[in-house]
Amino acid sequence: MNDALKDHIKLLLKSDMRLDGRKPLEIRKPLKVEYGVVKTAEGSAKVTLGETEVIVGVKMELGEPYPDMPDEGTIIVGAELLPLSNPEFELGPPGIHAVELARIVDRGIRESKAIDFKKLCIRKGELVWTLLIDICPLNDAGNLQDASAIAALAALKETVFLKLEDDKVIFEEKTDKKLEVKGNPIAVTIIKIGDSFLVDPSIEEEKSVEARLTVSSLEDGTLCAMQKGEEGALTKEEILKMIDIGIEKAKEIRGAL
Amino acid sequence: MGKLLTEDKSIVIPGEVLAEGMDYLPSLGTYREDQNIYAKILGLVSIAGRTIKLIPLSGRYSPKKGDTLICKVKDVTFSGWMLDTNCAYQAMLGMKDATSDFIQRGADLRQYYDLGDYLVCTITNVTTQKLIDVSMKGPGLMKLKGGRIIEVNPYKVPRIIGKQGSMVSMIKQATDCRITVGQNGIVWISGAPENELVVIETLRMIEEQSHLSGLTDKVKAFLEKKTGKKLQGE
Amino acid sequence: MVYKKRLNNRGFEELRKIEAKVGVIKRADGSAYFKMGETWAYAAVYGPRNLYPKFLQDPSRGILRCNYNMMPFSSSHGRVRPGGSRRAKEISLVTEKALMPVLELEEYPNSVVDIFIEFPQTEAGSRCAGICAASMALADAGLTMKDMVTAVSVGKIGDKLLVDLDYSEEAFADAPVADIPVAYLHNSGKIVLLQMDGLAKKEDLSKLLDMAKKACNELYEIQKKALKSKYTETKVIE
Repeated sequence: MNDALKDHIKLLLKSDMRLDGRKPLEIRKPLKVEYGVVKTAEGSAKVTLGETEVIVGVKMELGEPYPDMPDEGTIIVGAELLPLSNPEFELGPPGIHAVELARIVDRGIRESKAIDFKKLCIRKGELVWTLLIDICPLNDAGNLQDASAIAALAALKETVFLKLEDDKVIFEEKTDKKLEVKGNPIAVTIIKIGDSFLVDPSIEEEKSVEARLTVSSLEDGTLCAMQKGEEGALTKEEILKMIDIGIEKAKEIRGAL
Repeated sequence: MGKLLTEDKSIVIPGEVLAEGMDYLPSLGTYREDQNIYAKILGLVSIAGRTIKLIPLSGRYSPKKGDTLICKVKDVTFSGWMLDTNCAYQAMLGMKDATSDFIQRGADLRQYYDLGDYLVCTITNVTTQKLIDVSMKGPGLMKLKGGRIIEVNPYKVPRIIGKQGSMVSMIKQATDCRITVGQNGIVWISGAPENELVVIETLRMIEEQSHLSGLTDKVKAFLEKKTGKKLQGE
Repeated sequence: MVYKKRLNNRGFEELRKIEAKVGVIKRADGSAYFKMGETWAYAAVYGPRNLYPKFLQDPSRGILRCNYNMMPFSSSHGRVRPGGSRRAKEISLVTEKALMPVLELEEYPNSVVDIFIEFPQTEAGSRCAGICAASMALADAGLTMKDMVTAVSVGKIGDKLLVDLDYSEEAFADAPVADIPVAYLHNSGKIVLLQMDGLAKKEDLSKLLDMAKKACNELYEIQKKALKSKYTETKVIE
């Protein structure tokens, strides 16, 4: 089978160039984060990464804690690949790609301890807050993964606790108690095409991907989550190289928050 | 009695009144109801004598006999190839129309055109159900090798090609790229990587500004600046 | 209790603040957003395009598929469970029926035109904002349309007739409320969507429909301006 697109991508990479003229480790411009775009959410953010646009909203829900963690609340991350954003997305319940996207974003936030789940506890063993984080792409021009992760973090930073009276939520009033978010974990997806590593893949590059690694790291460079995707196999050296790129680029992206 | 309510080169939206009375004639993109002529697409007004027509500003390609397209091989059947035309309707390329060579029955058709190949072909027939037949017998019709493919607004193709090919020739001259433009909004570009990008930027510029005047001069200035070449031409 | 004053001193026939823009989703064939007060609708059109599975195809004309969906964080109360409720399915249907009369789908046999309407934020009047956005997105997509479609909700609280109900009015508990979304074809003035929840007399309805048409004329001007401004904004070339 002929893969003219992939052949051309590899040809351009020989000149250190990508389809849209970027260098291999260049992130698209603009990278824009808009906070609090959705007033009905407890926290929200809209991220623009090149032409990719994603909105993430955070809603709070009351509930009982898990029996083995009686003094902790938690987060639940959901993602829907809305057909509005990409002609190839179909209507229906989240498929495996939507699930993977959500779980990678979840892992980055949860494992980094950016949120202290104990602070979500209202009454030990009885009542806790759950943060429901929902990812909705508006336009998929590639790399929904990283755009969603940034938007989720930004939305959490904007999140304000709902008012509680006698264990009931008063929706009409918000408190001014902001959610504490530490560590600023940032996810960076690095893909491999031929012998080259590229960051922030465009839609066409995603179609030619051989292997991908999403790396989430903290401000001090500590890794907090990783996910390898696609069918290609990677050597240990390649993975370590990709991790270096991920940590480096995270610093750059963190600056946009 | 008739009254024109719009002017040449105006942008109008669906349902907008273009003329009152029976003096004017509705053409492409317009319709008459009662005594008035209305727009039925988002388009650019073009008045010729008493005829009002609209030039579409956007939309998917609508297949027409005689058009030259760039299509991608989607499937290979026992008697030909199914092609993706970048619109809602597929095209069928039969064995006998595929090449000037004679193809034996039972031959492996993938030896000629394989899945994923891009072909320049011409429409020989469109049925009422929009089934499309294409042929590759003719000058300039061939399989494309290398290069890259981009999608453009099919309604901007006439501006991209220009009068007697003048616009696309100017772009080729400035960038030293080979360029083939399909009526279906698919463009093939092949040249040095930086120059291919200049071609793409130029095409995007033409797409955005095709309805404004002075486009040719703007494009010429842009190309001269980007490539450093002095261009002849209007 | 008599309904005396609207939020923010809005006049009884006054629309909320409206914002409209076209071409906001680059991957779509046509797109728009339409904001009525705090209700924010995005619409994307894909098509005419291939329709699978084949048995859904109609050889005489293209089919229109509308999908109305609220994002999980779009309600000021709890999270909206994704997956489309029965309410969403019904709104998708009436939206489709409101847009069909202007389209000429015989031009596109065996194909489909998909419209996706999504709401990051809702605060009453969502189906109306959705129809306004969808109408603009269809025009932006270059589809053949004989007219534009606009929609607004009108209603009655106590003895007051009003236009463009917000959430506090829809949910008003101290007097009888009638909530009536209406959609109009701009030129013919024909009605393509009409629903009602609540109590109202026929005479009121007649007045309300006139008020709705007047409001829809204003909405049409906003749609027209947004569609044209995509082409009249000059771009700077470097």
